[in-house]
Amino acid sequence: MADDNNTPTAGGAGYFGQFGGQFVPETLVAALRQLDREFNAAMADESFLAELARCNRDIGGRPSELYFCKRLTERLGGAKIYLKREDMNHTGAHKINNTLGQALLCLRMGKKRVIAETGAGQHGVATATAAAVFGLECSVYMGTEDIRRQALNVFRMKLLGAEVVPVTSGQCTLKDACNEALREWMSSVEGTHYILGSVTGPHPFPTIVREFQSVIGREAREQMLAAENRLPDVIVACVGGGSNAAGIFAPMIEDAQVAMVGVEAGGRSMNLGDHAAPLCVGQPGVLHGSLSYVLQDEDGQTADVHSISAGLDYPGVGPQHSYWKETGRVRYTSCSDDEAMDALVELSRTEGIIPALESSHAVAEAMKLAAKMDPDKIVLINLSGRGDKDCNEIQEILARREGGGK
Amino acid sequence: MSTMENNRLLRTFAELKASGAKALMPFLTAGYPNIDATGALLKDFEARGVRICEVGFPFSDPIADGPTIQASYTKALGAGVTVGDILDMAAAYRAGGGEMALAAMVSYSIVFRQGTEAFLDKLAAAGFDACIIPDLPLDEAAAAESLAAAAGLCNVMLIAPTTPPERRVEIAKRCRGFTYFVSVTGITGERVSLPPETIAAVAELRKHTDTPVCVGFGISNAETVKTVCEVADGAIVGSAIIHRITDAMDLPTDQMAAKVGDFVSELLEPIL
Repeated sequence: MADDNNTPTAGGAGYFGQFGGQFVPETLVAALRQLDREFNAAMADESFLAELARCNRDIGGRPSELYFCKRLTERLGGAKIYLKREDMNHTGAHKINNTLGQALLCLRMGKKRVIAETGAGQHGVATATAAAVFGLECSVYMGTEDIRRQALNVFRMKLLGAEVVPVTSGQCTLKDACNEALREWMSSVEGTHYILGSVTGPHPFPTIVREFQSVIGREAREQMLAAENRLPDVIVACVGGGSNAAGIFAPMIEDAQVAMVGVEAGGRSMNLGDHAAPLCVGQPGVLHGSLSYVLQDEDGQTADVHSISAGLDYPGVGPQHSYWKETGRVRYTSCSDDEAMDALVELSRTEGIIPALESSHAVAEAMKLAAKMDPDKIVLINLSGRGDKDCNEIQEILARREGGGK
Repeated sequence: MSTMENNRLLRTFAELKASGAKALMPFLTAGYPNIDATGALLKDFEARGVRICEVGFPFSDPIADGPTIQASYTKALGAGVTVGDILDMAAAYRAGGGEMALAAMVSYSIVFRQGTEAFLDKLAAAGFDACIIPDLPLDEAAAAESLAAAAGLCNVMLIAPTTPPERRVEIAKRCRGFTYFVSVTGITGERVSLPPETIAAVAELRKHTDTPVCVGFGISNAETVKTVCEVADGAIVGSAIIHRITDAMDLPTDQMAAKVGDFVSELLEPIL
């Protein structure tokens, strides 16, 4: 699908305004071009789109529900709060939308093996699931710190038949897992497809992942019209790399009456090293193959990041978000670890839904906004994942809070 | 500031060509194990007959590098080396009469953050002759190419085994100084031997370009240097040298440099 914001350069690399591009070693250029060609051909191929729709329905469990938070709305006394229930998808988050699509592309290219990076493990589990469904060999790169935080997802990946490769470089989190997956792809590029998990990385990944995730926004748009006969006033989504946000924003980006808010991880404080909020306090730079907002030191070395949520613990962000920030179409803000935990507890108790730590950042911001808005307004939250994977981590954090205060 | 007329890299390859000789290009991680050691290694290599040296700017997220160079980058950064320290080291090498051609291997993440024009000017002012930006492929390189030329620097680009034949020729044409031919589909690191296709591909490329072609990635011993230099204009050795530095790291700097230099002498033997 064509996108006016995605003007290809003479060399074929995709840009969103000044952001994006293809800053990769020459070894990967041919594979990225092949992927770009196959993706464009696939998206123009009715049979591919029909197969994608079938996979999304039969495997992913789509469409996901649009849910009205009656009790939370009453409690806050402001705008109506709706959730787009991506947490109800097979494997527990929006990630499956992308991995099914990319696994189908992998089959089209005749490649037999997939690799992926993962932070929280949701993308890893979704990739391992797609690999199992289509009989592909699968290796997932994961930092050892995340392996510790997300032990359940590590087990799930292994159970699904994937190899989980521990990454011990850097801070041992998502950024380092991306480096290692890219290095592995450098060596295996001819027979392996890299299922990148977010709207980050070199062109064409930001476009591919946005398109496969846009099923969220297309459904939400129709569901909102059916439920309220109008579109929401504000959409709120959390932003790590930004795939769930891009997926719900993109199909309504032309609907000027819909405000959009992306919520980054504010971590412990807004000092460099204590958060993961490149759009809020970073500057344009190059990381993992594209030009986008990034957290770096003055020399261009990637800064350390922190978030309570492994899936948001990333110093970069997808280039289209940088473009939306620069054009002012989307407002980006951040939410602290503590605010996210409070929101997680609140949604669990008032609606019986335990959100993922990532998605809790969006819930926190949406609650703040809704409380200040009139009751005839509507706030839509992309509830990108469920909190089951986080329960051990949540338990520890709550115990620490009870022990020593916040 | 240098101009292209007195660029040491262009001059060196012209002289090598006239005498039918080949180049051995050792790679050093700047600041590994410390910046003084890098300066000492440059001097030692030059005394042994090395004419061109690659200087790697440590980067936090090098995706084309294998474990050896990656670890050296991490340690150098951990010890606090900065871009400014590396430029000062190169300037001091020049002030001390150093005449090897120096090629900076530096990620576009660093170049972009410093400002491409400002950074390339600083490289030239510090005495570098070339820049190799391994994550800036042909299609993204136009701006950096003209800025490098304006600064008097050769812009060196890489060709990979996965690069289609027509694109190989296009890259070689757009390179100044030399073309960096990556020997294997993969990351840097020592390998016992190189794929025979690489040798054939280099021979083929040389039919279509006057730009010198040097081969890097995976070259770890004198024998491979010899094989490569039968068809190529030079051989680049990185991980094997970094590995020797790691082994000799506990020695005083001059002894460490001499030990690593002995290995470089071995590598030079087949081409001197």
